[in-house]
Amino acid sequence: MSDDAVIAVRGLGTRFGTLQVHEGLDLDVRRGEITALVGGSGSGKTTLLREIIMLQQPSAGSIRLLGEELAGIGEAAALRLRRRFGVLFQMGALFSSLTVLENVMVPLREHTTLPRERLRDLAALKMALAGLPAHAADMLPRQLSGGMLKRASLARALALDPELLFLDEPTAGLDPLSAGALDELVLQLKESLGLTIVMVTHDLDSLWRTADRVAFLGERRVIGHAPMRELVRSPHPLIRDYFDCPRAQAAGVAYQAA
Amino acid sequence: MTDLPSDVSIVTPPTLVIAGRTLRCAGAWTLDGADRLEPLLRAAAAAPGVAVLDASGITRLDTAGALLLLQIAADRGAGAPAWEGLAPEDQALLDLVRERLAAGGERPAPAPRASFVARLGEHSWAHVEQAIGFLGFLGEAAVAAARLIRNPRRLRWKALLTAIEDAGADAVPIVGLLSFLIGVVVAYQGGQLLKTYGANIFIVEMVTLTMVREMAPLIVAIIVAGRTGSAYTAQIGTMQVTEEVDALRTIGIHPMDLLVLPKLMALLIALPLLTLFADALGVFGGMLVAWSLLDLNLVAFAERIPAVLSWRSLLVGVGKAPLFALIIALVGCFQGFQVRGGADSVGRQTTVSVVQSIFLVIIVDAILVVNFGSWGLR
Repeated sequence: MSDDAVIAVRGLGTRFGTLQVHEGLDLDVRRGEITALVGGSGSGKTTLLREIIMLQQPSAGSIRLLGEELAGIGEAAALRLRRRFGVLFQMGALFSSLTVLENVMVPLREHTTLPRERLRDLAALKMALAGLPAHAADMLPRQLSGGMLKRASLARALALDPELLFLDEPTAGLDPLSAGALDELVLQLKESLGLTIVMVTHDLDSLWRTADRVAFLGERRVIGHAPMRELVRSPHPLIRDYFDCPRAQAAGVAYQAA
Repeated sequence: MTDLPSDVSIVTPPTLVIAGRTLRCAGAWTLDGADRLEPLLRAAAAAPGVAVLDASGITRLDTAGALLLLQIAADRGAGAPAWEGLAPEDQALLDLVRERLAAGGERPAPAPRASFVARLGEHSWAHVEQAIGFLGFLGEAAVAAARLIRNPRRLRWKALLTAIEDAGADAVPIVGLLSFLIGVVVAYQGGQLLKTYGANIFIVEMVTLTMVREMAPLIVAIIVAGRTGSAYTAQIGTMQVTEEVDALRTIGIHPMDLLVLPKLMALLIALPLLTLFADALGVFGGMLVAWSLLDLNLVAFAERIPAVLSWRSLLVGVGKAPLFALIIALVGCFQGFQVRGGADSVGRQTTVSVVQSIFLVIIVDAILVVNFGSWGLR
């Protein structure tokens, strides 16, 4: 394990009843990179993500997150760790009774004692960083379009200036234009804020466009972990099948030609 | 294997020093230290004659720190010097924050609070609208019921039986216990009084008639409104949020047929039965008190019941139950369909549903009791 590994998963096993989801799974995520988790449906991508962000416990193995072992972690240490990463949930998971600005203020209010005005300024800044117009501040989540919802949720994930950002299907359900814009935003944030990003995605365009490294989940473990260009040449049948379909080919050709 | 720092508090705390004409910032300017900087910020804004803003001592900067640096510069008004000495990546962050803040634009001022009269009007109109909506819902339910009567094979048996089990069978223990206790309370309160007049035997009239005509139907309606009416609202409301109701419509299943009519019929069946059960346990509670407090033995009590309890009284009591069932089921379902948006709306409508159905049940009960006399049902 190098010093650069922000997340180190070793020998991870997950079992739901008789269903073995992961077995002997290893994964390293390097600092300052965008790592994408891909794999067929049911391959345990979201489960792995939930285990890393401490929403679920694995049945075996170890996860080190930002240098901290998650198995048997205490309440206080877990809280300290939670301050250091942000999560963008698939459906946004904004609190429906709060406005966008109030949603972004929730983590700030919980973890700092700053005066109200400063909290508002900070929340407005996060909204601006996520590319939301100022007039969205007083809107309720149900009034937002899909793209704006993701951006608002991203603003909330960025609230505490995390080192690490987890994105669960950030571009799912977005039109190609908004999806492309969100990819750009993620890249920009990674560059300017020095973020390490882990994302679960099915979006081949965003895999080509944003991911530094792609971890392919199959057969209950990571069967390929490489930049996209190398991964598509992998001889493994599961990976070949995944990237051999016409849609995947088209995305790859378009990107490599560009 | 080297451990990464797991605790951010080990980094140097942020400082702000004013030395002569130089304002010097150092340490980690991050969100964690921001609380500490707030009082210093005000001092910095007040300090006169600062010509140099020196940030060369800053070891870490995040967006919160950048915001504070910009705030310090902005507080000095136009012509403030730029920050000097930032590391290149920190300077880039500062520029990004400045640029994004400018691009975000000014937040529009919140709409001024409406006047009292305007809010009163809005509030009243909302109530009127809801009443009209409820009438519409009532009509829709009636049409759906008529459709079902014409074509009874469309009845959704499974939904109906499940609803009867949930609303009726599962409520038996709580209804039994509470009505038993009410019977005990009524007999106890009345028994003390009757004893002083030596009219012990009238405890039978008192307990039987109060329970059968009033207490049992009311207590059952209140329990069912709280237990089942609220569940109806929450269920339909959540389905509304997750677009399941819309999905039913597009599949060609009328939400009324699947979600409302089975519930309505279930309550129409379950509520009278629960009321009869509550009658029995309430009277039984009264019997026990009469026995222990007034020395009236159980057999004497039981033998007197047929003499005091006419069929008419029994029907008046149990007859209210279907009426209450209509109120609870319709209000519960209607409020479920009123849910808009998300979780908070489900909670709000559920509260409204329980309050409204209990309110309506008691109002209707009062109207009936006052009018029974003139209808010859006393």
